[in-house]
Amino acid sequence: MYRFLGSIGFSVLAFCTTIGRITLFASGAISHIFRPPFYGRETLAQFMQIGFYSLPVVGLTALFTGAALALQIYSGGARFSAESVVPSIVAIGMVRELGPVLGGLMVAGRVSSSIAAELGTMRVTEQIDALVTLSTNPIKYLVAPRLLAATFAMPILVAVGDTIGILGGYLVGTGRLGFNSTNYLKNTIDFMEIGDVTSGLAKAAVFGFIIALMGCYHGYNSGRGAQGVGRATINAVVSASVMILAANYILTEVFF
Amino acid sequence: MISIKDVHKSFSNNNVLQGVNMEIAKGESMVIIGGSGTGKSVLLKCILGLENPDSGKITVGGKETNRGDRDVFLARFGMLFQNAALFDSLSVWQNVAFRLMRGPNKISKNDARDIAIEKLRRVGLKPEVSDKFPAELSGGMQKRVGLARAIAAEPEIIFFDEPTTGLDPIMSGVINELIREIVVEMGATALTITHDMSSVHSIADKVTMLHDGQVQWSGNIRELDNSGNPYLEQFINGHANGPIEAVR
Ligand SMILES: Nc1ncnc2c1ncn2[C@@H]1O[C@H](COP(=O)(O)OP(=O)(O)OP(=O)(O)O)[C@@H](O)[C@H]1O
Ligand SMILES: [Mg+2]
Repeated sequence: MYRFLGSIGFSVLAFCTTIGRITLFASGAISHIFRPPFYGRETLAQFMQIGFYSLPVVGLTALFTGAALALQIYSGGARFSAESVVPSIVAIGMVRELGPVLGGLMVAGRVSSSIAAELGTMRVTEQIDALVTLSTNPIKYLVAPRLLAATFAMPILVAVGDTIGILGGYLVGTGRLGFNSTNYLKNTIDFMEIGDVTSGLAKAAVFGFIIALMGCYHGYNSGRGAQGVGRATINAVVSASVMILAANYILTEVFF
Repeated sequence: MISIKDVHKSFSNNNVLQGVNMEIAKGESMVIIGGSGTGKSVLLKCILGLENPDSGKITVGGKETNRGDRDVFLARFGMLFQNAALFDSLSVWQNVAFRLMRGPNKISKNDARDIAIEKLRRVGLKPEVSDKFPAELSGGMQKRVGLARAIAAEPEIIFFDEPTTGLDPIMSGVINELIREIVVEMGATALTITHDMSSVHSIADKVTMLHDGQVQWSGNIRELDNSGNPYLEQFINGHANGPIEAVR
């Protein structure tokens, strides 16, 4: 009994410790974003790495999601002869929820893992120590540019993804479900509000921050050896994904 | 210049440093020898503040190492890591010029590149390697790039962690001479870890031997060969039998 309670207490404490560490790590990194020297070139390189090279993944995810969504809503709508809602629901579902969440999860898989592996390798091969001895703060040089780049890249990625997702719905709607092309587009635009778009993009920015933060935190604190880097990579992807889903719920409550 | 007083450091239950005392004077070349795994590299990291000692006091020029402005403190140091620790996302010359292109005294890219190529030449590397990436170099070449990076900004205190391991005898000779030159001409204070006895003789003013987490012997290079210390004699002559256990 004691051991059981003890183990619960131990896990709770470990959990709180981790939350505290991550908070300190994040606030330290954010403060470096606003203090010189600024590493513009590194930030731009990360922006390309995180944003531009994730376009194919996010685009394909959105395209197929939009297409499947159109089919599902059609079959659901047909039960109370409301097939005409397909365009607007595809658009709202994509922009408010599926674009940011699925895009976030896909980018978490791609980017959190690569950041964690890169920083973890740098930790293990003493490159982070070497940075320190060359009077360069590793948080400022490595972490701050990645956080900044991911926070700005995600909304752009998701905006592109939303558009492609709506296109996926449009292709299925006009090609398979017999919608008139003009009406489909008109319906899409008429029922969408500006708040739908901005709330989705705000979510995306938060997810981008989470993705980079988890990658950096786990990579920076990686254990020793190849095994340590492997574990850091797994932890980064899993924690980023879970945090994205949790944050999504909280943000949806806030924006609702 | 550097003063180490009763420094202890352990990793979980591995007591690596158990009360190390050491003094290094300005402009002096100190060499640390000792068996593999005795904590030589850990000691260097403690001085630089990369590891925090559990207890004890380390001062550089009278100031404690982990207080005050770290950037100013570290600007006085150069460090060659045991495994070179080159930045693999940057080319060779950018590695060497890393510090020159950053910080308050930064210089232009072209000047930095020229200095980097000059430093590479001093460690016996041709200008052709400067645009390669570290992963394209052999282990010994990486080590020498690390050395060039450590001396690029002409720091007043330089640490070399095994500068000649993995180098051929001729290159080792070149590097030994280079380290000696840096101490004599630039007046730098050098702290070198090595297992190579010919390096010890060509680099050192003073020698310290670490064993079992403590300084077993410390003295002038001239006293090295007739110290009468059984640990030191076993180490220098490479005998399997003696006070230092060699597990077989
Ligand atoms: N970050 C660390 N975590 C845990 N143990 C460590 C760490 N760094 C070093 N050690 C341990 O400290 C001991 C001394 O390591 P160190 O690298 O200083 O040895 P060394 O004297 O430099 O040996 P070598 O001559 O082989 O380089 C080793 O037993 C090593 O396992
Ligand atoms: Mg070592």
